[in-house]
Amino acid sequence: MKTIHTTQITQAVRELCIEANHFLTPDMDAALKQAAVSEKSPLGKQILNQLQDNLQIAGEDQIPICQDTGMAVIFMEIGQDVHFEGGLLEDAVNEGVRQGYTDGFLRKSVVKDPLLRENTKDNTPAVIHYELTLGDQVTITVAPKGFGSENMSRIFMLKPADGIEGVKNAILTAVKDAGPNACPPMVVGVGIGGTFEKCALMAKKALTRPVNVHSDIPYVQEMEKELLDKINRTGIGPGGLGGTTTALAVNINTYPTHIAGLPVAVNICCHVNRHAVRKL
Amino acid sequence: MEKHISAPISDEDAQALRTGDYVYITGTIYTARDAAHLRMDEALNNHEPLPIDLTNNIIYYMGPSPAREGRPIGSAGPTTASRMDKYTPRLLDLGLKGMIGKGKRSDAVREAIVRNHAVYFAAVGGAGALLSKSIKTSQVIAYDDLGTEAIRKLEVENFPVIVVIDSEGSNLYETAICSYRED
Repeated sequence: MKTIHTTQITQAVRELCIEANHFLTPDMDAALKQAAVSEKSPLGKQILNQLQDNLQIAGEDQIPICQDTGMAVIFMEIGQDVHFEGGLLEDAVNEGVRQGYTDGFLRKSVVKDPLLRENTKDNTPAVIHYELTLGDQVTITVAPKGFGSENMSRIFMLKPADGIEGVKNAILTAVKDAGPNACPPMVVGVGIGGTFEKCALMAKKALTRPVNVHSDIPYVQEMEKELLDKINRTGIGPGGLGGTTTALAVNINTYPTHIAGLPVAVNICCHVNRHAVRKL
Repeated sequence: MEKHISAPISDEDAQALRTGDYVYITGTIYTARDAAHLRMDEALNNHEPLPIDLTNNIIYYMGPSPAREGRPIGSAGPTTASRMDKYTPRLLDLGLKGMIGKGKRSDAVREAIVRNHAVYFAAVGGAGALLSKSIKTSQVIAYDDLGTEAIRKLEVENFPVIVVIDSEGSNLYETAICSYRED
């Protein structure tokens, strides 16, 4: 049994919010650098080079990579042998978001009610997903999600008869409809199977998988490669202004589902695919 | 083609711009996004004056992150323009000449752009740190209570944008994709 004080959680979340909004993970960095080299459209190349300059300025001058510093999506993987002390875990996480977004000069983009729309002025609450694991560690992933791309995400409740071709078409449809709105080059997170909410959560979590790591299920890995190739042949390109780099990765997660169903969720993320991770 | 224009934008400059032109804007532009557009629309419904004169002006669809000390603004890239489509034709008919955003526009907006010889520019989405370097001053001039969504007056210098829809209605999002499509 390990005891963790919730002030440690607050401190970690605070720092992760700031880190994620100023620095991309090494795999995202490398993929964007590679894209700037391989892109065939001159304007596309110019845009990808601007994104390189943007990342450099963000890191050096401590200006968020994107002004939409997102709604804070937080994955908490909690070992079963951990005991928390010091108050409600959810409150500690939200306090971390409040401090991170205030002290880190991040934009406050959250409204208290979806229809009344009054800004909470500290970017709380976060959207928190809890998962129990073995052991006595807590792994916190802070993934601020911008809404330009979130708004272009889709859920398709397909029929079993639609099969793998139906799934591929659904993913391509979502990407083509997103086009320039989702700030390509994008990362495409996909959940297949489970229930309505399970496939959406899998799609969200798929965005936190490194863009250079494929699924370990052979047929899923094939799909990831084939879809990335097809997406990059749509012509959408960087900024949606034409080119050969429309997506950097397609990450697919799967789960058992019902005999009558084939749910598919497509969670699209822009090239500012942010997440920062810490273990306690 | 690379061009330099000043803002507010003259009728001649607006009409001379062509889809695909890479344009550097210097001068005064205004920010407004979802909530500010709703308020302006309500003001017009109530026959009240708008907080800015739209004539020949450019609206930048942008809500910045907070400025660190000694800086005019924080991260300052474009937001998705289509959310403003509902309000845009009315503003164009009142003299608005240019818009900076990202993403597709509705047919109604495109028609209003042609009708008013206006122009829709895209700035590079997700490049807010870089774009902030072209903004020299920023001042909230209306709807302060909206926070990041307030209307700001910006002085910009060589602010980089690309013409997506020109005054004749051609649309770069539709034409550029065709050159690289292989499906």
